[in-house]
Amino acid sequence: MKASAGNSIVLDNLWKTYGSFVAVGGVSLSIEAGKFCTILGPSGSGKTTVLMMLAGFSEPLRGNILIDGNDVTRLPPQKRNLGVVFQNYALFPHMTVLGNVAFPLKMRGMNAAEINLKCRQMLDVVELGDFAGRYPGELSGGQQQRVALARALVFEPRVLLMDEPLGALDKRLRAALQVELKELQRRMNVTVVYVTHDQEEALTMADQVVIMNHGKIEQFGTADDLYDRPTTEFVAGFMGDTNLIEGVVTAKGNDGVLRVEHPTGRTILAQNNASSVGDSVSVSLRPECLALEARKDSPTEEANGWNGRIVNAVSLGDAMRYTIVVGENRPSLQIQLQAKLGRRGAHGHRFYPADEVRLSWNANDARVLPRGKR
Amino acid sequence: MMRACCRAARGETVSAPSPNTEAAIGGTRRKWTPRITSLWLLVPALGFLAVFFAYPLASIVLRSFDGGASGLTLEHYSTFFTVPVYPRILWQTIEISLLTTILCVLVGYPLAYVMANSSPAVRNVMLLMVMLPFMTSVLVRTYGWMVILRPTGLLNHVAQLFGLPAVELLYNRPGMLIGLVYTMTPYVVLTLYSVMRGIDGRLVAVARSLGASGWSAFWRIYFPLSLPGVAGASLLVFILSSGFYITPRLMGGDRDQLLASIIAYQVDVLLNFEFASAIAVILLAITLVCFGIYARAVGLKQLLTSRT
Repeated sequence: MKASAGNSIVLDNLWKTYGSFVAVGGVSLSIEAGKFCTILGPSGSGKTTVLMMLAGFSEPLRGNILIDGNDVTRLPPQKRNLGVVFQNYALFPHMTVLGNVAFPLKMRGMNAAEINLKCRQMLDVVELGDFAGRYPGELSGGQQQRVALARALVFEPRVLLMDEPLGALDKRLRAALQVELKELQRRMNVTVVYVTHDQEEALTMADQVVIMNHGKIEQFGTADDLYDRPTTEFVAGFMGDTNLIEGVVTAKGNDGVLRVEHPTGRTILAQNNASSVGDSVSVSLRPECLALEARKDSPTEEANGWNGRIVNAVSLGDAMRYTIVVGENRPSLQIQLQAKLGRRGAHGHRFYPADEVRLSWNANDARVLPRGKR
Repeated sequence: MMRACCRAARGETVSAPSPNTEAAIGGTRRKWTPRITSLWLLVPALGFLAVFFAYPLASIVLRSFDGGASGLTLEHYSTFFTVPVYPRILWQTIEISLLTTILCVLVGYPLAYVMANSSPAVRNVMLLMVMLPFMTSVLVRTYGWMVILRPTGLLNHVAQLFGLPAVELLYNRPGMLIGLVYTMTPYVVLTLYSVMRGIDGRLVAVARSLGASGWSAFWRIYFPLSLPGVAGASLLVFILSSGFYITPRLMGGDRDQLLASIIAYQVDVLLNFEFASAIAVILLAITLVCFGIYARAVGLKQLLTSRT
């Protein structure tokens, strides 16, 4: 069932409002043909609304949608030739698995023999060949999701839209299906737009990630881009965990390293050329980028080298998560940080609450971001 | 889908959850079993049913076989089926009930559809309008219709203003049907509405994304899923119409009387309680047969839960 290349998708300044509520406020996006693009955002960020407009279930107030260069903004859903998969699978409960998968082919007026052949092939692809005669109510969640996938792909659409398709499944099944889904996408060479609020899904599957918040795109790029080089506090906090430390830029080096001063006088060296001296900023410091060392006395604190005390230690199985407080006495002068260290190998040393530690990090791992409104 | 439900209910292989999840939710899976103490709470209702439903029903059934001095007899039933007028009225009752059912579904289905698929504000207004007749006595509403439909009534008055010929819509079959359909339609709308609200709107959206036009998405997806509601509503209307008294009595012609009128006549005028009981039992039998057909075709569980 090897198909020709997927289609490119262009969203040009899309707007959608419900009364006075702006669900989507000017979204522009270009998705390359054959890519797996994930739209990531919290609930209410407008990500599903974008998908519904793309599918044709909801009409944008303004803006255009181009698929493979053709304007489909006003086209009804049945003319767009897109596969759609919902979180609750939306299988037709009164039809068998085969009936469900055959539906799009029947709608295209294909003859019965061909329909049967294609459906069997497709069900084999999703490994449900033996379940053709079952009803959706007799299948597990994972199986239902595979049927929904087969139904959305059997007519060989060039674009597949998915709205939190794995949200209702348990963690292990989800991980397995993520791999399958990615593999299927590569094999069928279809452009996928995948909406989710789970950043882990975005990291495992997506070629391109769009982060949305309040109806707008916060950042667009590869998963690594967004994780390593977030441009806003929101993105830094949404893609994985991070420590956000407030400060003011006091100096800028030629190598792009900024010197940021925290209100307590401590200094941080961090990356980002976009900020200039005098800016109020936040520094994003990933928990896994912090190095911890046991200390007996109190060596002088320096840039990227602070004295702290463990106040909480939680085992995550493969790693430890420590909460560290820097600065003594008054809570207002304290900085609280999370650190995540592997339990094996180089970071094998385990700390306990009340342990005194020296924490440090590499300037390249700290990222300066414009301070968001709070 | 019905079949799927039934199979699931019979406990055939449904999904096999992993041992982990099974154990995790095993505690909450257990069925709630009523304890003896909570059964006491049913006593008032059961007592009421025994005194005001079971006892009268049993006495009617017994009385229908009461031959006076000669003991038990089938005489009343043989009278019913041998005197030509009674089978004719029985057939007429079934015919009119069927006609009412069909008309009610034709009127009620689109109404319920619009109601189930419109915004909450519109839906609430419509719901209120459908419920409103329930807050007025049937008698009052029937007389209202009579005022409108009688030869010198509102309808003919308006027809006259436009130079249209007068119509006779009272004391005949059309008149009775107007009254019956008017009275029964809310039951259809409410039954269908509750079933339609249970239909996942995304199914239609998905069907359209898979290439179905709005029309074919409706007929292939929405309509089949609403059929249990149609069956339930039809059953309800048929049973209610077949035993309805006031409206057919007042709005129908003398030739269009239904079984309920005959029962009343036997009781009120002829004081023939035994024969009236036999007719009532026949009416009950018709109802039970309808239930039987429904249970076979759809399953009574559907009627009790009214869900898809």
